[in-house]
Amino acid sequence: MAESRAETDSRGSARVLPACLFAWLLPGAGHLYLGRRAKGLIFMGAIGALFLLGVAMDSGLQLHLGFEDPLAVLFSLAQMAVGIPYFVARALGFETGQVTSVTYEYGNTFTAVGGLLNVLVILDAHDTAVGRKP
Amino acid sequence: MRPSHFLILLVFSFLVSSVFATLLRDDTRSRLRFGLLAFGAFVLSTVILGWLMSPFPN
Repeated sequence: MAESRAETDSRGSARVLPACLFAWLLPGAGHLYLGRRAKGLIFMGAIGALFLLGVAMDSGLQLHLGFEDPLAVLFSLAQMAVGIPYFVARALGFETGQVTSVTYEYGNTFTAVGGLLNVLVILDAHDTAVGRKP
Repeated sequence: MRPSHFLILLVFSFLVSSVFATLLRDDTRSRLRFGLLAFGAFVLSTVILGWLMSPFPN
């Protein structure tokens, strides 16, 4: 009994790092890796849609690192939490957004909230991997 | 095409409520219930705040 529990624990802890990494790289991928298909697909669809709609609404995706504008740094980190889609969108030339667009601020809100929600999803993937959540 | 502010609010509320409901509830029925409640709360609170701020356009 104790052996099988230790075995289960070690198997769970071996899955923590990949689950969290996949969850960051692609929203929902951590849950798919852990076999939670429905949850993973809902996260992928909802957070993916938030990010894509944000980019379609002319969100800026500039990378701010440094101490001159701490709020901009936090905003960049929030957007970056979406993972690969953020870097792909930047590589495709959606980096600057369009400040004059009516929907620019909406776009920024969508992309940043998508990233922040993905932080919660990464924590949920961690809890699922260690067995704290079903 | 320029989407309306209200449509953007509906879409945003729907997507965020879906994620919260999936994260915070474990079975389909309570997810649906929580999601609808969160969606309603998002939309209603935004409309009420917008109405309260309407005397101060700038």
